[in-house]
Amino acid sequence: MLSAAGFEKTFQYIDLFKQGVICTVSLSVLTVVFGFIIALLLAIARITKIHPLDYIATGYVEVFRATPMLVQLFIVYYVVFGNVSLPSFKLFGFIRFERFLPGVVALAMNSGAYLSEIIRAGIQSIDKGQIEASRSLGLSGFQTMKSVVLPQAIRTILPPIANEFVTIIKESSICYTIGVQDIMYAVSATKGATYRIAEPLVIATLVYFCLTFPTSKIIAYFERRMSRADRGE
Amino acid sequence: MPTEENKKVILKVKDLKKHYTGGEIKALDGVTIDICKGDVVVVIGPSGSGKSTFLRSLNLLEQPTEGSIIFDGVDIAKKKYRGEDGKFHRLNIDEYRKRMGMVFQHFNLFPHMTIMDNMTLAPIKVKGMKKEDAEQKAQGLLNRVGLGDRAGAYPSQLSGGQKQRVAIVRALMMEPDVMLFDEPTSALDPEMVGEVLEVMKELAHTGMTMIIVTHEMGFAREVGKRIIFMADGKIVEQGGPEEIFGNPKNPRLQAFLKKVL
Repeated sequence: MLSAAGFEKTFQYIDLFKQGVICTVSLSVLTVVFGFIIALLLAIARITKIHPLDYIATGYVEVFRATPMLVQLFIVYYVVFGNVSLPSFKLFGFIRFERFLPGVVALAMNSGAYLSEIIRAGIQSIDKGQIEASRSLGLSGFQTMKSVVLPQAIRTILPPIANEFVTIIKESSICYTIGVQDIMYAVSATKGATYRIAEPLVIATLVYFCLTFPTSKIIAYFERRMSRADRGE
Repeated sequence: MPTEENKKVILKVKDLKKHYTGGEIKALDGVTIDICKGDVVVVIGPSGSGKSTFLRSLNLLEQPTEGSIIFDGVDIAKKKYRGEDGKFHRLNIDEYRKRMGMVFQHFNLFPHMTIMDNMTLAPIKVKGMKKEDAEQKAQGLLNRVGLGDRAGAYPSQLSGGQKQRVAIVRALMMEPDVMLFDEPTSALDPEMVGEVLEVMKELAHTGMTMIIVTHEMGFAREVGKRIIFMADGKIVEQGGPEEIFGNPKNPRLQAFLKKVL
């Protein structure tokens, strides 16, 4: 059960939680950035329908969406990076790179699959008439994509991508299983040192909430502003 | 009647076919027609007769299954053409599309751009026109259709009739050889049809070559120099407005006119 003494003991390890926040946030930001790049390539491969790239992209998306994140993480960490000796330096003076990098790779590959569906849907939601009008004016396929389709699709794409960022903050907690020193790692370390579990978990809950709640509120604010901005029918 | 010399053929369409699902559905079933400079051709017919498919095939928004479209000496229905050097070249359809303006039923203005940017996008990107020149030209055209004060507005702030007038002058920005209209007034509220037809009428008087798919029979009769009646993917009857509306010969045309007039 929770107790004042338990919190007191836990607070002795509050620095671990502070490090955990830095680790979780950097993990999530890098995941979204690399995930977006992967997603963009996948979406383009699927939309342009260039064989066999589109089949590969479709297969990739289906496999990553149909298997558990934990399995993907373990495969990346133990199998893919198992025989690779990564430089073992520490980011920010404490994050072990050789565990952090596989974590980023696994999360980015996973969220890339989800993000590519968001991007694809966003691009395909643009009315065909827009493309026809642009092409009938003599613009090339590439110019049409750049000047007509993407600027409109980005309005649809951005909010779900921001929401995916919130999801990643939460899902990145899985990386503690491979020893990435995120917030859940702080819980586990504190538990080992204090034999308290409830209090560290309460702290972790509060920390995660403080990270995700304001983020989603900010996203919602921008979403409202964007939908109020000038738009066609 | 115009003499042979000034009847310069712009578009020579021969046996144009568009089949779907392996030939079961024949949207176009052998259309042959010459479009001359200054022609105002109005295409009428029941829905599903292939009017829109025909129009959209002319600038290859639909790829025809068979037949040829000779535009400026080149068969644009083929992916390759034989150049003056005798060699085969890949056809760059963008080169020909920019010379055919198209106006759509649903306007298709770009909602994320102002009216001015809608109009100057293609001249700047495709023709390499200077921004100031393009804007000056756009302003002139907007003034001509009574929308000179709306250059900074977004499409969502315009009425349907205004949007379609913008769509027409947006196409004119490219100084096309021929203008294609795909049911330009069908999506408009009745009180806005007139203002769009007025712009088209004026355009016809300037000598622009126009091919118009429409259900506005009054307009067809007044402005059309040649009327084409299509049914089942074929041209069933064609002629001047007096012949078509005053003395229709084909029973299908007679039945159609009885319904719409």
